[in-house]
Amino acid sequence: MKPGEIGERRSPLQFERQGTRELVAEDFVYAIKRHATTRITTPIYGIFSEYVIGLKAYGDLIKAEDAKLRQGLDPASLDKPFLDFRRWPLAGASAPDKHTLRIRIAGKYPQWKYWMAMTFLAPVPWEADAFYAQPGMAANAMSLDIWPVGTGPYMMAEYVQDRRHVLKRNPNYRGVAYPCEGTPADRAAGLLADCGKPTPFIDTLVFQIEKEAVPLKAKFRQGYLDVPQIERTDDGVEFQVDMQDSESVKREYTEKGFKFPSTVDLSSWFVGFNMLDPVIGRGDTPEQQAKNRKMRQALSIAIDWEEFVRIFPKKGGEPAMGPLPAGLFGSRHGTVEGANPVTHVVQDGKAVRRPLADAKRLIAEAGYPEGRDARTGQPLVLNYDFYGQATPERKAEFDWMIKQFAKIGVQLEIRATDNNQFQDKVRKGKHQIFWSGWLADYPDAENFLFLLYGPNAKSRSDGENTSNYENPAFDKLYAQLKLLDDGPEKQKVIDEMVRIAQEDAPWTFGYFPYASGAYQPWLHNAKPSIMVRDTGRYYRVDSAERARLQGEWNRPVWWPMILIGLVLIAGIAWGRHAFRRRERLNARGEVVA
Amino acid sequence: MLAYIVRRIGYGVLVLLGVNLATFILFFTVNTPDDMARLNIGGKRVTQEQITKWRVERGYDKPLYWNSGQQGSDQLTDTIFWERSVSLFKLDFGRADSESAGDIGHQVATRMVASLQLALPLFALQVIVSTLFALMLVMFRHTRLDFWGVVLCVLMLSISSLFYIIVGQFVFSKMLRLAPISGYAPGLDSVKFLLLPIALSLLARLGGEARLYRAMFLEETSKDYVRTARAKGLSEPEVLRRHVLRNALIPIITSAGSYLPYVFLGSLVFESFFGIPGLGAYVIDAISGQDFAIVRTMVFLGSVLYIATYIVIDIAYTWADPRVRLA
Repeated sequence: MKPGEIGERRSPLQFERQGTRELVAEDFVYAIKRHATTRITTPIYGIFSEYVIGLKAYGDLIKAEDAKLRQGLDPASLDKPFLDFRRWPLAGASAPDKHTLRIRIAGKYPQWKYWMAMTFLAPVPWEADAFYAQPGMAANAMSLDIWPVGTGPYMMAEYVQDRRHVLKRNPNYRGVAYPCEGTPADRAAGLLADCGKPTPFIDTLVFQIEKEAVPLKAKFRQGYLDVPQIERTDDGVEFQVDMQDSESVKREYTEKGFKFPSTVDLSSWFVGFNMLDPVIGRGDTPEQQAKNRKMRQALSIAIDWEEFVRIFPKKGGEPAMGPLPAGLFGSRHGTVEGANPVTHVVQDGKAVRRPLADAKRLIAEAGYPEGRDARTGQPLVLNYDFYGQATPERKAEFDWMIKQFAKIGVQLEIRATDNNQFQDKVRKGKHQIFWSGWLADYPDAENFLFLLYGPNAKSRSDGENTSNYENPAFDKLYAQLKLLDDGPEKQKVIDEMVRIAQEDAPWTFGYFPYASGAYQPWLHNAKPSIMVRDTGRYYRVDSAERARLQGEWNRPVWWPMILIGLVLIAGIAWGRHAFRRRERLNARGEVVA
Repeated sequence: MLAYIVRRIGYGVLVLLGVNLATFILFFTVNTPDDMARLNIGGKRVTQEQITKWRVERGYDKPLYWNSGQQGSDQLTDTIFWERSVSLFKLDFGRADSESAGDIGHQVATRMVASLQLALPLFALQVIVSTLFALMLVMFRHTRLDFWGVVLCVLMLSISSLFYIIVGQFVFSKMLRLAPISGYAPGLDSVKFLLLPIALSLLARLGGEARLYRAMFLEETSKDYVRTARAKGLSEPEVLRRHVLRNALIPIITSAGSYLPYVFLGSLVFESFFGIPGLGAYVIDAISGQDFAIVRTMVFLGSVLYIATYIVIDIAYTWADPRVRLA
């Protein structure tokens, strides 16, 4: 296509000729190579280049080739000449034949299988890349981001920004069968009833973009949405809280048959301590390090997360004893062995939070008896860096957090900022205590423990370790963990890493939130999960039932409008009468004929 | 009149320059290009290389106001402020800062349709209903109807438009189920989605407008020409329609005209709450997404529309009152 030839076309479906072809191994090779260019946002290139043989050098080569291609062109231009990765081979990824993909990894990397299951390794046909590299495509918002080309169950049929996206069944889809394996609970819930049937079950998925929470919820309650937010797993929590708050709401939800299945999510929320901070952090001398550790441990005891999840039900979840949620190999969450010995004691087979006296003892040993500096008598004031809107709900959380610190005499100052200022502080290492969380990329303990790996320190190397925690023993174990397959050895390493983290307390382990979906009674095969993101292809809808219930739930009520109409007519008639009467009044206020 | 218009346009250009500078300073006091890049790239594992690339591609890799690395006039012109300002005055809005938002000009043109669908009928209805309501109060002036009408107006103008939205959605969509709670469809299908926001927006503004118009009309009713009209035997509706309304047009034009820019730019609150993909919602999204390219474009367009509106209002004065001369 020549410049200007694209005209007003804003969708690939507006082009005369469409086409398809068989997926081949080269499409995967192309996708891996494509990570090497900075033209696209590829957050995982750093990790891939460590493992895929030759990818780092390939990145440098691509950068040089791209620079040659774009020589003399405006760097800010949206139109970029096609960067055809087929021209340059990559040692670590090849296709010996049409249906064989060979990826060569440096060393051992058990987590690679997870990356392969994610979008980062989705095949990219070179034709699609070449198509979108044509002049005018980017300006008319046509790219792989918006109009993906793949082999999935659905294809984009309509894209209206901020309003509506429509996916239609892909007629060339290979038809993956519905799973037959699951937990006993899945079977009991009827989630395996469609075992072996080809997916997807739904022909068209319509996404309506709702920006406001109130209409979103109302539409679900009225039955106009099958799922409030297909990509989220916390909607059900809010609906369940509504049920707890009101009997009439509970009755309505129960009568309508809404389903809110819950599970513990593979994510974690916690309050972190910046280990670079002189007061709460690691400390410079061994003596100071011991004192600061005791302070963090004292605060970890004082912050009562069991109470938090109880009084803030929208943040419902299970109090965490360590960095690893249940469901991961190596996690001992929910077991007696998994109890955090720093913050809890085991009584009658249950983990119970240590008494406040322990926290007070520790803060005194840290040099702040009753929350005051033993030398100067000055109160200990710590800063809680928080970003986000100060909603009334947040205000209650702040108040609760201040109360937790006050239990051992420590004053907590809330430093609410916007995201930019917070990130700036974090990069400079100027934060002190902060709220943070992690949603797993993949179900492996490594993906949580790397948040405490020293070389990943945020303020030093822009990694994901926001606490800037650094412990040589932990880091050494992490290096081992990365290479281990699931088994006793890995369990041992994980146990030791968790123990170190509990002892050092760079975080006060908060809670593992519940994932809970919200589904209509006519929607089947729905189960919340942050790992499985293609839930749409498993859904089955009873459309006759949907139409029937939508009609039943939304019968319009006209009588108030009729009443308002009658009142208006009466008002107009009265006004007309009053006006006529006034027009017939003489100067003495008498009505004349 | 031509000289007057040319002069006003000249002032308008100065105002635009000032607004552009103020927008730029305010935006970049709160955000840095790196912040914008981080937010737009989003997600985990954002590298400095990605940030640098994002800045280069969007032209945010230069100094903001002064490029000390250049010579001569390039020190001023090879800056983000200069380049962005020049393109804006050439009406070349370029691309949005966020990856998927695309061409701003196209978005403005597309979204303006949705905004106009909401705002045009609202504008017309607002002028008509407010005028009729005010005339009715004036016709029944010094009666209980007038008193309670004014009380109603004060009550209506004291309530936040958010309250109208929340109560309106609750009553008409949730309880009575007469209108969709939110959403939008192009063409004639939009009517069912727009009825409720139009009605609520009308109610939200009716109190203030009607009370203002009533005061204007009352001022006119005490003048000699009105007494003369009545003495000639004209009925009260005739007096109000033919004399009072006509002579009170100037403040009405000013008040109604000042609303004109919103007809094109859309309503920030109503569009967001009712899911109407107009320009108001576009601005809200751009602000929350720190999309400077969209924010500055919309502020610029808003200023242009304000300036144009007030010139049109001035011209309309001469039509409403032949005694007015523009010089």
